[in-house]
Amino acid sequence: MIPYPALFLQRFLVIMALSVDDVQRAAHLARIEITAAEAIDVQNKLEGIFRMIERMRAVDTTGIVPMSHAQDVSLSLREDRATESDQRTLYQRNAPAVEDGLYLVPKVIE
Amino acid sequence: MKWEVVIGLETHTQLSTASKIFSGASTAFAAAPNSQASAVDIALPGVLPVLNKGAVERAIRFGLAVDGTINKRSVFARKNYFYPDLPKGYQISQYEIPVVRGGSIAIVSPTRGAIKVALTRAHLEEDAGKSLHEDFRGMTGIDLNRAGTPLLEIVSEPDLRSSEEAVVYAKTLHALVRWIGICDGNMQEGSFRCDANVSVRPGGEAKLGTRCEIKNLNSFRFMHQAIEFEVRRQIELIEDGGKMVQETRLYDPDRNETRSMRSKEDAQDYRYFPDPDLPPLVIDGAWIERIRAEMPELPEPMAHRFVADYSVPMPDAVQLTWSRETARYFESAMQAPVGAHLNGKTAANWILGEISARLNRDGIEIEQAPVRPNEFAQLLARVQDNTISGSIAKEVLDAMWAGENGGDADAVIAAKGLQQISDAGAIERIVDDVLAANPAIVAEYQAGKERAFNSLVGKAMATTKGKANPAQVSAILKRKLAG
Amino acid sequence: MITSSVAELSRALNARRLSSVELTGALLDRIDAANRRLNAFLTVDREGALAQARTADARIAAGTSSALTGIPLAHKDVIMTEGLRTTCGSRMLENFVAPYSAYVAERLAHAGMVLVGKTNMDEFAMGSSNENSYFGPVRNPWNTTCVAGGSSGGSAAAVAARLVPAATGTDTGGSIRQPAALSGISGLKPTYGVCSRYGLVAFASSLDTPGALGQTAEDCALLLNAMAGHDVRDSTSLDRPKEDYTRLLSANAGAKPLAGVRIGLPREYFGAGTESDIANAIEAAIAGFRSLGATTVELSLPNVEYSLPVYYVISPAEASSNLARFDGVRYGHRAAKYDDLMDMYKKTRAEGFGAEVKRRILVGTYVLSHGYYDAYYLKAQQVRRLIADDFQRAYRSCDVIVGPTSPTTAFCLGDNTDDPVKMYLNDIFTIASNLTGTPAISIPCGFDGKGLPIGLQIQGNAFAEAQVLNVAHRYQQMTDWHRRIPAEFAP
Repeated sequence: MIPYPALFLQRFLVIMALSVDDVQRAAHLARIEITAAEAIDVQNKLEGIFRMIERMRAVDTTGIVPMSHAQDVSLSLREDRATESDQRTLYQRNAPAVEDGLYLVPKVIE
Repeated sequence: MKWEVVIGLETHTQLSTASKIFSGASTAFAAAPNSQASAVDIALPGVLPVLNKGAVERAIRFGLAVDGTINKRSVFARKNYFYPDLPKGYQISQYEIPVVRGGSIAIVSPTRGAIKVALTRAHLEEDAGKSLHEDFRGMTGIDLNRAGTPLLEIVSEPDLRSSEEAVVYAKTLHALVRWIGICDGNMQEGSFRCDANVSVRPGGEAKLGTRCEIKNLNSFRFMHQAIEFEVRRQIELIEDGGKMVQETRLYDPDRNETRSMRSKEDAQDYRYFPDPDLPPLVIDGAWIERIRAEMPELPEPMAHRFVADYSVPMPDAVQLTWSRETARYFESAMQAPVGAHLNGKTAANWILGEISARLNRDGIEIEQAPVRPNEFAQLLARVQDNTISGSIAKEVLDAMWAGENGGDADAVIAAKGLQQISDAGAIERIVDDVLAANPAIVAEYQAGKERAFNSLVGKAMATTKGKANPAQVSAILKRKLAG
Repeated sequence: MITSSVAELSRALNARRLSSVELTGALLDRIDAANRRLNAFLTVDREGALAQARTADARIAAGTSSALTGIPLAHKDVIMTEGLRTTCGSRMLENFVAPYSAYVAERLAHAGMVLVGKTNMDEFAMGSSNENSYFGPVRNPWNTTCVAGGSSGGSAAAVAARLVPAATGTDTGGSIRQPAALSGISGLKPTYGVCSRYGLVAFASSLDTPGALGQTAEDCALLLNAMAGHDVRDSTSLDRPKEDYTRLLSANAGAKPLAGVRIGLPREYFGAGTESDIANAIEAAIAGFRSLGATTVELSLPNVEYSLPVYYVISPAEASSNLARFDGVRYGHRAAKYDDLMDMYKKTRAEGFGAEVKRRILVGTYVLSHGYYDAYYLKAQQVRRLIADDFQRAYRSCDVIVGPTSPTTAFCLGDNTDDPVKMYLNDIFTIASNLTGTPAISIPCGFDGKGLPIGLQIQGNAFAEAQVLNVAHRYQQMTDWHRRIPAEFAP
């Protein structure tokens, strides 16, 4: 049986995993501007899924190897040869700001 | 308070592949901006990485050269951060499981003699693009030609104890990666870049002090100066009662100081996770053995061999094996038919001295030396068989270097009449002449002044323009003065 | 005729009863008439399509055509198509013209299909209703106050309304199957790695799977034949011998074509929480399979209930990294006003991404961040393996697994947009086969009391596409749900 959020709320009172500070910190790391109000809204909207995630975290996974790929394949290698040609004009057609073939960005301070 | 300096070096070496690590764009240097940045390199939506076999091969070669362990299974991970020269917003690197584990590099420390510097690991990753800070109306220009160039990041244990040692390690590593042909070592072009992790601790203390990382040292001189400054800064800070903060710093050569990188103070959380676009890299034993079989003889075993086979003193052997071309020159000379009986120590001295000086003067590499190993061997053979003296040989070398007489030692000696005078009768006459011409000096000698003897020898040599056999002159002079 | 399936149209074209130019022109007209209502298409390329149709007709005349030559097709707008705008349903790529084509697009073009345009989708493939598109929602042709499902809503609606006989989609958590179910058509997600991801704008790299939507399982098989193949440009693309995915469909299997086929029925798929109309339709379909000779076996997938949280840790984590390239530097949206680089990044991404995409990037960033990686991402990958092991155990006693595709039929626009979790629950039956990388198809199996389509899901083990398609095909030979056309769009 697949439980629904209502059942979660009844059965599992879990401490909120994601705080507003966490949201702000993540927004900074992800370079997305959000207002304080937006951060609170995000936190509210994610409450349900985090409750589900906490249930998942309670599953016993001792000795289980994490699964990062669907099939057990290994990496194919490419011969070391230069095969690409200069496509700068084509690729830079979609560029917001270009000069002398360089992509322009606000000055980078080191 | 006696302070101990603890240094570890992280070196980024650009691998000498023809194409990028994850794309088929060329890695040739200095092309027009963004002309060697493929769809994968500029991270267009929907593109995917494909690993270059040549990069893996070079990593394996390095692992074998430092006697490290090649991990048969290694994993590529994403290092996530935002920077304009990082098109994907993450760098593909290796985190928990690198391609090479452990290993060591033997160096000759100026303070501790022959030591082995342990390596933690070496892993494959991609280089970022370049930011051009020249003003484009207040903007920075980004060139992604370099983005995706394969790098092997080589991490040493914090085994180095002085800035001098760090430089020797860096130079030895530099020579090694060139020796095994995985990196061209061109530091001006950014092929070989070091970050130094520097900390200090009270002498005898086992616990490591807080370290600072000095990034992007691309010259040995700057490395030395930067570390010296940083060590002084840290010691002063601690002695003044301040607290050391772990941070990343840049060296400013104009001011000769290290400065904290403001942008990096923002605690970087790289959120490493295995790259889902790249299954694990599996390297089979057969491939490793093929590479091992094709490895050239490495500098250290070769140096030992020079000591054993050619009686070269170890320090000279180390210097000869600094570069594969120099070692090859030496060995070719020793192996030339005329070089069969050459004294190895003498040959080494000549290469490290006279040949080296002329190469520096002319700004050329040993591969371009106008005097080839067999010709050089011929010259040394003439010294050894007393045809000419050591000092005359320098004159002959100059002539050969300039291409006179077809660059042939015997031809030059004959043409200039530089053969040594070793006829006893002739030398007797010369000595008689000198004694007769210099009664005052003879008197000084007989009064007990030993130096007067050398004067007389000098006079005899001068008369013959250096061609007299100095040993014979000494012997005959001594006999005549005694009796 | 023009609303026929790919298989039927192929016969008609090759028998010269119809030309590709006629067919394409007629469908382009249908699109023009319907798109304002449905909003299924974001880009229509009339000139390009007719030129391709003319080329197709020439090939047919020369006798060098194949099964798909001259058949119109639409690509989900997450797939790169050289020279055409490719937006991913996002403001971030509103004016982005693709400089290259995806592998699957190249393959279908090579097979002679005629590309009429790009379909609407949930932004960056994140959604289950196609209400997350910057360009407005897609409406369900069966009831235009309802959603078409997502994220491949545009492709599903286009096929359901017979604007194109077939379309491509991508399926990361159910994004082909769920809209197929809600729109009353067939949608196939192959085994991960069978179709190259090169040219698919990445959402969750270890889960994204290109696939096909059509009127029938047979049509999906025809498209898969062209789409599948090893691509050296995708390191996760599998190098396997070529397969004919239609090979079991044409076999004359007599009265009991599914004799010997064991159908697994996980008890977790048949509990409360699924609408009763759906539960009944599924039961009827199962009875249908039995009448075709199949046997059924009850089984349990004890960890499958964790599919949703596992998915909502792994997919946002991968997405947060995949979407980092959208930074306003080299292409795409860039904010008009900013103070410095940091500001440029933050405003560009705040403006370029919609709310759902932002939320998922934030979740993903959080679960990968320092101190949380083991607790969330690594843990989710471990539970993922438990789920995969459950399925492996199940496939020892059955050949395919059957159940509902979605717990609900098409809901009204706006019903779930305030509650992300309610929206996420639409994928509870579909997500597991993305986590395991195994194939699954959704086919129509009835209608609910409101006249909305009900979808049946058939899942198989890795590389069992042919069998999955066969089970679906035999059902479609016995029923006619797949032939129904919404009244408003009937020809």
